[in-house]
Formats: sequence, C-alpha cells, structure tokens
Amino acid sequence: MAKKIDVPFNGTKEQEAKLRAALAELKETHGDNGLMIAALQKAQEIYGYLPEQVQHIIAEELDASPAEVYGVATFYAQFSLFPKGQYKIGVCLGTACYVKGSGDVYKKLCDTLHIEGGQCTDDLKFSLDATRCIGCCGLAPVMTINDDVYGKVTPDQIEGILAKYN
Amino acid sequence: MFRSHILVCGGTGCTSNNSIKIYEALVHRIYKEGLEKEVHVTQTGCFGLCALGPIMIVYPEGAFYSQVKVEDVDEIVDEHIIKGRIVTRLLYKETVADDGSIKALNDTNFYKKQHRVALRNCGVINPEKIEEYIAYDGYEALGKVLTEMTPQDVIDVILKSGLRGRGGAGFPTGRKWQFAKNSVGEKKYVCCNADEGDPGAFMDRSILEGDPHAVIEAMAIAGYAIGADQGYIYVRAEYPIAVQRLTIAIKQAREYGLLGKNIFGTGFNFDLDIRLGAGAFVCGEETALMTSIEGHRGEPRPRPPFPAVKGLFGKPTILNNVETYANVPQIILKGADWFASMGTEKSRGTKVFALGGKIHNTGLVEIPMGTTMREIIYDIGGGCPNGKKFKAAQTGGPSGGCIPAHLIDTPIDYDNLLAIGSMMGSGGLIVMDEDNCMVDIAKFFLEFTVDESCGKCTACRVGTKRLYEMLCKVTDGTATMEDLDKMEELCYYIKENSLCGLGQTAPNPVLSTLHYFRDEYEAHVRDKRCPAGVCKKLLRYQIVADKCKGCTLCARNCPVGAITGSVKEPHVIDPEKCIKCGVCMEKCRFGAIIKA
Repeated sequence: MAKKIDVPFNGTKEQEAKLRAALAELKETHGDNGLMIAALQKAQEIYGYLPEQVQHIIAEELDASPAEVYGVATFYAQFSLFPKGQYKIGVCLGTACYVKGSGDVYKKLCDTLHIEGGQCTDDLKFSLDATRCIGCCGLAPVMTINDDVYGKVTPDQIEGILAKYN
Repeated sequence: MFRSHILVCGGTGCTSNNSIKIYEALVHRIYKEGLEKEVHVTQTGCFGLCALGPIMIVYPEGAFYSQVKVEDVDEIVDEHIIKGRIVTRLLYKETVADDGSIKALNDTNFYKKQHRVALRNCGVINPEKIEEYIAYDGYEALGKVLTEMTPQDVIDVILKSGLRGRGGAGFPTGRKWQFAKNSVGEKKYVCCNADEGDPGAFMDRSILEGDPHAVIEAMAIAGYAIGADQGYIYVRAEYPIAVQRLTIAIKQAREYGLLGKNIFGTGFNFDLDIRLGAGAFVCGEETALMTSIEGHRGEPRPRPPFPAVKGLFGKPTILNNVETYANVPQIILKGADWFASMGTEKSRGTKVFALGGKIHNTGLVEIPMGTTMREIIYDIGGGCPNGKKFKAAQTGGPSGGCIPAHLIDTPIDYDNLLAIGSMMGSGGLIVMDEDNCMVDIAKFFLEFTVDESCGKCTACRVGTKRLYEMLCKVTDGTATMEDLDKMEELCYYIKENSLCGLGQTAPNPVLSTLHYFRDEYEAHVRDKRCPAGVCKKLLRYQIVADKCKGCTLCARNCPVGAITGSVKEPHVIDPEKCIKCGVCMEKCRFGAIIKA
C-alpha cells in the first residue's frame, strides 16, 4: 500500500475542462461500451494521478457510481491514487531481470531513498515502483527513470545514477 | 533503386539502447552526403538477437553490425557506405568466416536452427509502411479467403493445419473458430490478446512492433470465418511502441480499404479498434480480458458459457493470442499441409521463445516444435555465461515450472512440457545457473501471483498468500519438514478450487521445484543452509584462514565492525554482528572470504 502523501488537490480549471472534453470525445468514439478504463487513462494523463476529486468528475460524466470508478482505479496497476515523483523510477522485477539481480538493485534504491515501492520521497522528487517485465531482457537488470533506460545495473551504480537527477 | 539498404532495429530492446538516435544520426549523415537517393535507411522490427543490440544490417553485403553506438555512425558511413570497406570491428563475430568473408546470417548458430513463420517479417520490413508488408505477400491471404473460400473452408484449413493457441494453453484454434461460427447471433466479435503479462516473455510485443499488419490481416480472416464485423486488440499500455505501430497500421489498412466496409469489393465488412490494458496479469485470462474490454475490473467469469457462445458484451467471441494470429495468413497461403509438416504430431508448426536470464544470446528465437531444450539453450542460446553450470530452465512464467538439467533433452511441445510439470505458456524461457536458488525462484513467482490474484476466489486469494508465507519460512530457515508436505497439499487445493487459469496454475512453480529440487528445500529446512547462497537469512560469510593475509581491508570496509583480527594475522567474522551485506567478499583481493 502506498504511503498516503498529504498533498492538497491543486487541479486547475483548465485541467477539468480538458478532462470533460476528453471524456465527451471518448463517449463519441467508444459509444457506451467499455469507457471506464480509457477514461481513467485520459484523466491520469492530464493530472498525473487520480485523486478523489477527479474520480468524482469521471463518475459524474460517465453516469457511474464513485464506487465503480474507485473499483476500477484500484484494480489496475497503471492507476495511482497518489501523486508520483518528478522522477519516476521503475525497476523491472520480471523473471529475466530478477535472476540477474534486479531484486538487489530495488532494495538498494529503497535504502538510498528511504521509501518503499509505490511511495514517493517527501520532497516529491523521486517515486519508486517495481515494474513488470518491460521487455528488454537483453539489458537485464533494467531500471528506468522517466524515459531514461539504464541496463545491466548493479547496486553500486545507484548513487551515481541518482546524482544525475539531483 | 537504391544501391544499399541499411536496416536499423527499432524493437524495444534496441530502442532502450539508443537505436533511435543511431537511426536519426544515420539519416542525417546520409542526407548531408547527398546519398538519400542511393542509400535507404529503414527502421525495422526486432531481429531477435537482443543481447547484441543495438543491431544494424547493411545490404547488399549483409554486414551485421552489433552493439553499435551513435559515435560509430560516422565510421560506418565513411568506411562502409562511401568507401565500400566493411567495418570489421563492429561485425557480429559469428558472421565472419575464417577467411574473413561474411557468412549469411542464417548460417550462424543463433539463426541456423530457427524457422521463422510468425517472425518472418520482423527485422525485414518497415512495420510503419503497409506497402512493404504487401510486397511480402501481405493481405494476399485475406484476398484469397474473401474471393475463393467459404467461411467453412477457412476453418477447415485452420483445423487441418493443427494450429494450437500460442498464448499458453494450446487449445486448437480451428475448433475455437468452429464453435464461434456455429453460435447463432447477429453480432460477433474477434479479439486479440496482446496483454502479454508473463514476466520475461516479449514475443507478442515484437510481432506487434515488427509486423503489425500480419495480426490485422489474420483478425479480418477470423472475422470472415466466424461472421464478425468488429475486432478488438487488447494491448498492454506498457508497450508504447507496439501501440503506436498498431495505430499506424490500422489507419493505413483503412486507407487501403483492407479494413472497413466492402473489403475487396466482396461486401465483407470488418473493422478493428485498440483497447489499452491498464496492467493486470489476470487480464491475460480470456474471460477477464473481455470483462476488462467492457471497462470493468478484470475479473474472470465462470465457463460455461464459453466465449464462443457468450463472450464480449454477451455476444459470441473468439479470442486468440498475437502469435497465433501471426501464423494464420501463412497457413492460408501455403496450405495446411505445409504448416503441419513442421513440428511434432500433436504440436504442429513453430513456437517463438524469449530467451532470457543466465544465457549468452538473450533474445527472440522461433524454432519448430519438437526442438530439444538442449538445442535451444546451447546451440542457439550459447549456454550460460561465465562458465557457470546450467541448473534449470523456467517456462510458462508464473503458471509454469522449472525444467531441471537432466531433462534437457526433452523435445519441446505442449504435451511434453505438461508431462514434466511445466507448460508452454506464452513462451518465456528463463535460464538459471548454479547461482540461482530454486526456493527463491518459487517464492518470486508466488509473490507475483499474490500480487496479481484478482481476489475473486478464496482459494487463490488466500491460498497463494499462505503458500507464499510458507515459502518465506523456508527461505528464513524456520520451516519444518512437515511444512513441505503441507505446502504440497495446499498447492493441490488451490489448483482444484480456483475459477480461472491464474489460480489453477499458480502453484506450478512450487510443485515443480518441490518435485525436482526437493533436496534444496530440505537443505534450507534441515541444514538451515541455502546451497546457492542466495537466501540472506541463511547466509554465513566466513574467512578461510589459510588464504587470509591479514591485510585488514575487509575489517576497514565492514559497515558494522563485525570483522576483527590483527595485521598480518587471519581475521574472523562475528556472525552475530554480520549483516550479510557482502562488502568484505567484494573487497578481498585474495578470495579468502566465502559464503558458507
């Protein structure tokens, strides 16, 4: 369970307008069938995460109960109810990476950043997630920071890599 | 006409390694030299040999450059393209013959035993250009089906070919199609399962990235066979390149009239949409996937009714995996007999495997069914690196099992793998060497299933959690021999009482390791020892007195001051203080510190 971070909701009017417009467009293209996941994906794209207020907007627009929205949002790994860090770190814990030692890399990151998987540092700079196989097994073990990919990572490289983002 | 073609791999493995920058640098240089009318640079799908990425091939010479860096681009253009001298230092060693000439790629060990059907266009064509797919007989099968065959003819060919589902369970594809065709209904759906969730498997992604039109064409053929006019491709949102190429491919197919209304003027209508998965392993299960397309939590539904009767939105539906579809156009064009001539009696055709873990040639290979594990791991994969001993191969992901070294000569097909306690799965093949602890591996998979169990069935939700806790006891050294028996009992209970494939197969990694590596479990339980030296709680670092020179380096680096001893005298580690960080072993220059 991710650590709950006390960040007040600071969504803007523009974001809300953008979301409502996106939802209207989705209703157009998808018809009535199977909108929810696509709607949540759009919302997360706009806000970066899915705070309660945003879930209410979706419920209202899709004529669903907030419980339904919450149910779907908490089912899938892609959705986060909490904000992510400015730099999102992912460590692949797929089998190929795991047998090559990505578990140690992950542990080293937890120790260095003093957070656990799914959490974010207090300054909202780094968040850490264990990811499923990202499919570049030739580079195992792999970690990503936003769009940067680091291959064949060893625990003693971690501090050097993080330093680039500080 | 171009005098030279440069193919740069644009698969995920190579792009994570900067292949896009290499491609851009190449294009830039070629334009700068004014060679754009002579030299053609293309970004293709995956070549398969991901371990050597980024990969580039230059034709007509067939020079296979591996581990190319952006800095190498100028040298390749200056030497190879302008002066015609191949840059030997960048060539993949295997492709250079003794006399220095270049061998055909298909003669190298990695490619020699492969037979590419599903992957035939990957690394060959530009996946973002429908014209290139068409040039390689693309959409000819759809044309043949629509103009020369009845829906039943199509199903008969697929049935006769013996094609079985490549997603894991191996259900005969033709029979699935027949059921859906026989179901009465005005609206039917064709779905494609591209929610590749098995950790370490990436063949579906590579096909979508390298040859998206093959899947689109096959889905249209399936639509014609069962009488559907709408299809959905459910693909992981974690595969951005695949999603992008699919989107482009669908758009192009529509522009060419190969999707949409009145295809080939035959009155047949078929269109496709993409649905993005949001990261839930259970959605690889067919009923869960359909629930997810409908926008809900991806929980599985009881079967019957089977999807062929009542599937997506309650309508008859077929769902096949990406690799299964990729075979279909070839079967239609070359015939059922051609396909059935490959493979074993009950498993026809080829299978793509993603080789990963402790193996030299990490990557994607496609081999005829019936090839032995030994051929894949040693002949194609090049064996374990650093001279380590092969211990086991894991197939089938979290639903599969570990195949021990003594069964390495088993010919791989659906039935043989099941018989030895594993399964084909989607085709991940992870190699483990003597440094991997099998209990730890079983625990790793259980942790995965605990996390991914959707929670609908108690047996799976609670059972996997309890099983995981028992495994933790084993790796912590607090389990008893009785616990091992209890674990086995619980495994069978979970298998028998779960609704869907996830729960029914979740205990497989435990059962197969218990079966083949019981001695390792017993070592953890009885001797409180992890033979591979992986399980931290059971680890003891020791100093071999004979080898220790008393240099004090270890003592100075130990973060908790657990090492004592005088200068030039053998040192000792206090096990009470030791936190098993391993720094001492890393620092010791004399190899005097061992894991016991």
